[in-house]
Amino acid sequence: MEIISGVFLIIGGLFYALGGLGIFRMPDTFDRIQAGTKATTLGAFSLLIGVAFMFPSWSLKLLLIGLFIAISNPIGSSALAKATYKSFGGPSNLERDDLKEFLGGAKDVD
Amino acid sequence: MITVIVFVLIGIGLLFASVRLIIGPTVADRVVSLDTFNVIVIGIIVLLSFVFERALYLDIAIVYAILAFLETIVFARYLEGRYGNH
Repeated sequence: MEIISGVFLIIGGLFYALGGLGIFRMPDTFDRIQAGTKATTLGAFSLLIGVAFMFPSWSLKLLLIGLFIAISNPIGSSALAKATYKSFGGPSNLERDDLKEFLGGAKDVD
Repeated sequence: MITVIVFVLIGIGLLFASVRLIIGPTVADRVVSLDTFNVIVIGIIVLLSFVFERALYLDIAIVYAILAFLETIVFARYLEGRYGNH
């Protein structure tokens, strides 16, 4: 049981490190949102599973934390991406931009 | 021994995220890096409760997760309102 827990903990730490590295190395703000949100979500889940293997009686609270991360992280990242698009423009290497037409149509409603 | 390795890996991630927080060219980069920072800090709190074997510390992680989510949403709305009108 300790070996399984240790493997999950190390995978979690590795994905946290990769998320930080991605947020440092990526060239664009949208790439940074992608790297910094997805990798750290997987890292947090793996860390919680590793702790739950070691202490099975904590599973309810760990499940609550995991559920909250699973809900809040995608919502936060999509809100950040929308705010970044509206304030600083989209990525520079796009071939077509559907969101621009969509927002242009809905701007006077907002 | 395992927890030391995991703490070192998390510290590497935290270091890179804080470097982006300092040098980030725009405000959006800093907010994104702060979002990553919050998830990493939740992981650190869970790992500390694992090291000290106290289940009570997990409550702190739950409250921190709620506050971090609110902070991200508020910063995103602020960015839209502050810079979004041009």
